[in-house]
Amino acid sequence: MCDTCGCNVTPAADTHSVEVLKGLLDANDHAALHNREHFERHNVLAINLMSSPGAGKTSLLEATIEALGEKLRFAVVEGDLETENDAERIRKKGVPAIQISTGSACHLDAHMVHHALHDLELDDVDVLFIENVGNLVCPASFDLGQNANVALLSTPEGDDKPAKYPVMFRAADLVLVTKSDLLEVLGDFDPDAAEAGLRQIANPAPLYKLSARTGEGMDGWLDWIRREAGSRQ
Amino acid sequence: MHELAICQALIGQVVDVAHEQHASKVSDIFVRIGPLSGVESPLMQNAFPIAAAGTVASDASLHLESTPIVVRCAECSAESEARMNRLVCGACGDWRTTLVSGDELILQRVVVGEVHV
Repeated sequence: MCDTCGCNVTPAADTHSVEVLKGLLDANDHAALHNREHFERHNVLAINLMSSPGAGKTSLLEATIEALGEKLRFAVVEGDLETENDAERIRKKGVPAIQISTGSACHLDAHMVHHALHDLELDDVDVLFIENVGNLVCPASFDLGQNANVALLSTPEGDDKPAKYPVMFRAADLVLVTKSDLLEVLGDFDPDAAEAGLRQIANPAPLYKLSARTGEGMDGWLDWIRREAGSRQ
Repeated sequence: MHELAICQALIGQVVDVAHEQHASKVSDIFVRIGPLSGVESPLMQNAFPIAAAGTVASDASLHLESTPIVVRCAECSAESEARMNRLVCGACGDWRTTLVSGDELILQRVVVGEVHV
């Protein structure tokens, strides 16, 4: 008998106990599966980009579109809180961007993404980026149907983020240390420590350093996209 | 605070159960939460009354059971308890482990009452 699982609660005469054993996010997971089937059917690589606000998700996308835009057809689903600023920046590069106005929501869920997919012609897309809400906590709990989670960690944030946000960084299939051009100026961000933090949470994901501004280190990331996109064509 | 969204999903499931059981009232809800699910128990308790208001579960008690974090080592096959940001093997220290338990988010049981058939 204990106070946690409820074995000490004696049901009243007119009550009874029903075993459910269902995931709380069952409805979300079901929608995510549906999204995943959509991506599969249209040979789309869907990448969920997660980071804190200002880590450089949109800048990375701009630089990525510039580098690979002639070889791969991109589309972006933007989870901006209140503005269309990020979507506008992407559209300026000639890439369709669907804005999910999350208002005060702290994360995207599979239903929101599914709704956004209605506005996209997936047959014309090779790689779909889902730019999640800038937040290192909430987005980690919601499967969107993506093929890969990419987590950005910008150098001004500090190299201890994998230890501070283990749920987020455990879910990452690839970690990008962004704004690497600032490493020298900051002096206190150790990429090896960030990688060690990632291994401490048992994540074997590769970690690349790059700067979208200077182009330094972009090759590893661009090769990764080409490889992942190529494997689904 | 994604706990409110999760509580709303929980209430959706509980309401379905009550409906299937032809019950007009839910008295207790039992949920298992692993620390690595990214859901905080105190925040769930705070969000629960907001999500439950106006439903058959409005007077229900939410019982949250926290599950331990347990990893299995790929190197030495040992199973050991671990901490959220240190999921290495407790026996040999290798980081190549898989999670056995600790990321659950499961509706286990619901106690319903006042059945009207």
